Amino acid sequence: MSDYILETKDLGISFGGLKAAQDVNIRIRKNQIYGLIGPNGAGKTTVFNLLTGVYKPTAGTFYLDGEELKGLPQDKINHKGIARTFQNIRLFNNMTVVRNVMVGLHDRPEFKCSVAASLFRLPRHFKVEKAMREKAKELLRIFDLEGERNNLAHNLPYGKQRKLEIARALATEPKLLLLDEPAAGMNPHETEDLVKTIRFIRDHFDMTILLIEHDMKFVAGLCDEITVLNFGTVLAQGDTKTALSDPEVIKAYIGG
Amino acid sequence: MRMGKFKLNHYINYIVIGALTLSLTAVTLAGGRFDSSLLFLLEKIAISIVLAVSLSLVVGFLGELSLGHAGFMCVGAYLGGKVAALLVPALGNGPLTFLISLVVGGAVAAVCGIIIGIPALRLRGDYLAIVTLAFGEIVKSLFQNTSDETFGGALGLETPRYDKKYLFIFAFVIVLITLAAVQNFIRSKHGRAVTAIRDNEIAARATGINVTKYKLLTFTLSATFAGIAGVLYSFSNYTVQSAKFGYNYSIEILVMVVLGGMGSINGSIIAATLITFLNTKLATILTGDLAVLQNLLYAVILIIIVIYNNAPALKNFREKYNLQNLLRKLLRHKHDPDHVKDDEAKWDVVPTKIEMNEILSIDLTPQDKKGNTGNGGDK
Repeated sequence: MSDYILETKDLGISFGGLKAAQDVNIRIRKNQIYGLIGPNGAGKTTVFNLLTGVYKPTAGTFYLDGEELKGLPQDKINHKGIARTFQNIRLFNNMTVVRNVMVGLHDRPEFKCSVAASLFRLPRHFKVEKAMREKAKELLRIFDLEGERNNLAHNLPYGKQRKLEIARALATEPKLLLLDEPAAGMNPHETEDLVKTIRFIRDHFDMTILLIEHDMKFVAGLCDEITVLNFGTVLAQGDTKTALSDPEVIKAYIGG
Repeated sequence: MRMGKFKLNHYINYIVIGALTLSLTAVTLAGGRFDSSLLFLLEKIAISIVLAVSLSLVVGFLGELSLGHAGFMCVGAYLGGKVAALLVPALGNGPLTFLISLVVGGAVAAVCGIIIGIPALRLRGDYLAIVTLAFGEIVKSLFQNTSDETFGGALGLETPRYDKKYLFIFAFVIVLITLAAVQNFIRSKHGRAVTAIRDNEIAARATGINVTKYKLLTFTLSATFAGIAGVLYSFSNYTVQSAKFGYNYSIEILVMVVLGGMGSINGSIIAATLITFLNTKLATILTGDLAVLQNLLYAVILIIIVIYNNAPALKNFREKYNLQNLLRKLLRHKHDPDHVKDDEAKWDVVPTKIEMNEILSIDLTPQDKKGNTGNGGDK
C-alpha cells in the first residue's frame, strides 16, 4: 500500500452537471517530483483543491501514505501531511515574515501550548514561543530570507514571496508538498533559481513534490513523472518525456 | 525564562493605568474624597475601555465586523445585576457579591458569544454584521418584555448600591485584567493564528489552522469581557434599562475601536477615554435649550478626528505631530520604517473584511498632485 506516498483512485468531482475532474488516478512515489499539466481549465487546480480538502470529492478517494484522507477538513488534511502553495500567492500580508512561518509551525506537536498557558503566561508559553521563533529562523535561513524576517510579508519582492509561501508550507512538516504554478510570473533567471530550490527541497527535506506548471521547459527539466489533464480527465501519464510526446497531448496543446 | 530586553511599549498601558489607579486609590485611602460626578466619569471610562478593548479583539484582530457588542453587555448587566440583588441578603453588599456577579455575568455573556460565534463561522462581512446587529436588538427586547419580578421589564432592573467610594478602583482593576487577557492572547501563538485568519482565511486553513476553533474562541473571549463590562455598568448605575443597549451603543463602541486604529489596543484605550469624556462633558455643559447641540457637536468632533487620522493630504502633518514620534524623539529612539520589530507591525493599516478605511477616509488630494503624497515623510 505505502509504495506510494499519494495514491488517488478514480478521484472526481462534479459541480451540478459539470464534471470538473473525473477518474483521476495518480500514484506518486516517495521523493518524486511529479508534474500535473494541462491546458487552461483542464482541472489541475481542482485536483489540488480535492487533495487539500477545499472540495469534497463526489467520486473516488485518495490515500496519503496508505491512509484514506477523503472527506477530512482542510486543517486536518494539512496535519496528516499535505501542504500547498497557491497560484496567486496567499501570504499573511500584514504579518512579519518570521510570523508567517511561525503560523505554519502552529500545530506541530512539539509546539503545543494551551490557550490557558498563554493567557496566564505560564513558563510553557515562553518556552514554546522561543522555540518556534528559533525554528522559524532556521527555515528562513535555508531559503535565504533570514535578513527579511522582520519585514512585512507584502513588502517582499515577488520571488521572495513565493519562497516564503513554500517555507510556510514546509513549516507544517508535510509528507507531500503541492506547488500550484510556482514559476508563474517569474523571469527565466528566477525560474532557474526555482528549479534549484525545488530540487534542494526534495533532497534536504526528503520531500515528495506534486506541482502544476505551464512552462514546458520547466516541467521537462524538473519532473520525474507527469500526468496530463484535459477537460477533467487524464490524457496521458507516466515518464515525462514519453507523456509529453504523446500525440494526444500535443493535439490538446496545439489544438486540431 | 524571559529573554530579550524589556519592551517598554508592551507594558506602557499597564504602567499608565496602573499608576493612575494606584495614585487615586492612595488618595481615597488617605481620606480624600472625589466629586461624585468625577467618580462616575471614571467608572464610565473604565467600562468603555473594557468594551472597546474586547471589541477590538473581534474587529481589529479577527477582522470581522460585530455590531452586537452592546447585546453581550446587556446580558452581563442584567444577569450580574440580578445575581447581585439575590446575593445581597445572604452575603452583604461586599466584594464577594461583586466578584460572583462578575463571574456569572461574564459566563452567561460567554455562552451568548458561542451562540453568536456559530453563525460567524459561515457568514462574513456585511452579513455577519447584520446577524450581530439582530442579536443585540433581540436581547434588548427580550429583557424589555420580562415581567417586573424577574428582570424588571420596561421599568428596568434595580441593582444593589455599591459603595461609590471604592467602585472605580475595582473598575480599573478589571480594566487591567481585561488588558492582560486580551494582550496575552494576541501576543501568543493563538493570537497569531487569529491574525492569520484575518489576513488570509484560505491560506490559514491550508496551513493547518483550525479556523472554527479560533473564531469561536475570539468571539467568546470578546463577549465575556463585554459581559463583565455590563456587570460593572449595573453596579455603577443602580438601575439597568434595556433601552440603553440598542445598536447606537454598539456603534459607539465600534467608533472607539475604529478611531483608535483597527487592531491597536492602546488606540482603543485612548479613543474610549476621549469619547466617554467628550460625551459626558457635552451632556453637562450643554443643558437646557443648548442640549440639542450635544449630538451635533459630538458628530462634528468625530468627523474632524476621522479626517485628521485618515486624510492623505494631512499625512506629512500627521507624521510630524504624531504622539508616537514625539515620544520616540523624547526617548531618542531611532525608528526605521523598513525594519519593523516583530511585535510592532503596523496593525492600524489593516482592513477588516468590510473596508472600514474606504468608508471613513476622504481623499482630499487633487488628482494631479497625488504622486507627491505617496512617499512623503517616511524617513
